[in-house]
Amino acid sequence: MSIFTKIITAIRGGAREVGESIVDANSVRIFEQEIKDAEAALDKAKRDLTEVLAKEMQAGRKAEQLKEDVKKHEGYASEALDKGNEELALEVAQKIAELQGELAVQVKAQATFSAHIDRLKGLIKQTSKTLADYERQLVMVKTTDTVQKATQAITSNYASGASSLLTAKESLDRIKQKQQDFDDRMEAGEALQGEFDGADLDKKLREAGIVDDGSAAKDILAKLKEKKG
Amino acid sequence: MVDMNKLAGELAEKGKDIESGFLFEVNPIPGEVEVLQIIIEDREELPIFVSTSEEQILCITYLFKEGEVKTESFDEMNKAMLLTNISMPLSSFAKIDDQYVIYGALSVNSSLSDVVHELEILSGNAIDAIDAMTNYLK
Repeated sequence: MSIFTKIITAIRGGAREVGESIVDANSVRIFEQEIKDAEAALDKAKRDLTEVLAKEMQAGRKAEQLKEDVKKHEGYASEALDKGNEELALEVAQKIAELQGELAVQVKAQATFSAHIDRLKGLIKQTSKTLADYERQLVMVKTTDTVQKATQAITSNYASGASSLLTAKESLDRIKQKQQDFDDRMEAGEALQGEFDGADLDKKLREAGIVDDGSAAKDILAKLKEKKG
Repeated sequence: MVDMNKLAGELAEKGKDIESGFLFEVNPIPGEVEVLQIIIEDREELPIFVSTSEEQILCITYLFKEGEVKTESFDEMNKAMLLTNISMPLSSFAKIDDQYVIYGALSVNSSLSDVVHELEILSGNAIDAIDAMTNYLK
């Protein structure tokens, strides 16, 4: 069963005792140990790979060298034969046989190392994947644990707090009311500022003689007189 | 792992910055894991709780309890939450025990301004979320 499935089962099970953890501390430790083991295995596989890669290259180089030697000695043997020196040719042929023997050993070694490299690469890929999986799942487990413990800390500190007694709707209403109050204050402030600005302008206009102080009253009186008359 | 004391200090400083227009208080809550309670000015009713694990910083706001949801509305509301989850910037709906919550998760490598941005967005999202879910509430 995957960790995620386990977490879902534990959470859905609900009705835990107070302080009882969703996450079993012991299984976390086991999990952490498995991660350490996987990390160690991965490290070893990587070191082994470097070593085997070097050996494979060495065997390859030796094989190339031996192939050249074989070719060179084949040339010598051919020359000896051309010169009618059968004895020397035979001696060279023996050397060639020796070299070919060595070559066969190196080629076989190279093939063995190659196969080993393939195995190690496969192992590294698999262990890396397992490790990444374990680490991801451990984060899942630890996050679940953190959230649970944080929730415990929050509820034990704020269970009796005033705000916890409010429903979401009440909280929202209060927050909206505060926002409204703020908006109202801003609007009132702006209106007041506007009045100040207006009063200031009126004063300036009167002082400049552009607006007549009593003109409104005079006009009204004039109109009233007109009506009467 | 985030140094919670350092984060608390830096956040508290940032929360007093009038120029940012986003004012808040930081209260550390004692417990098995360290939690910071962030109380936002004029939104005191919906505090944000910040906790950290090895990988992430979690910012959680409690929306409402199961008991506040109309019995006949559960399915519809749960669906509505799933349907709107992606549209909500940086925050997601979740449930802790019988509490519906909204939360955001940040990398432990986040900058202070990332965390503050998260808090600001989360606070706004929480209000909008409750507003949007009001019809499902008793």
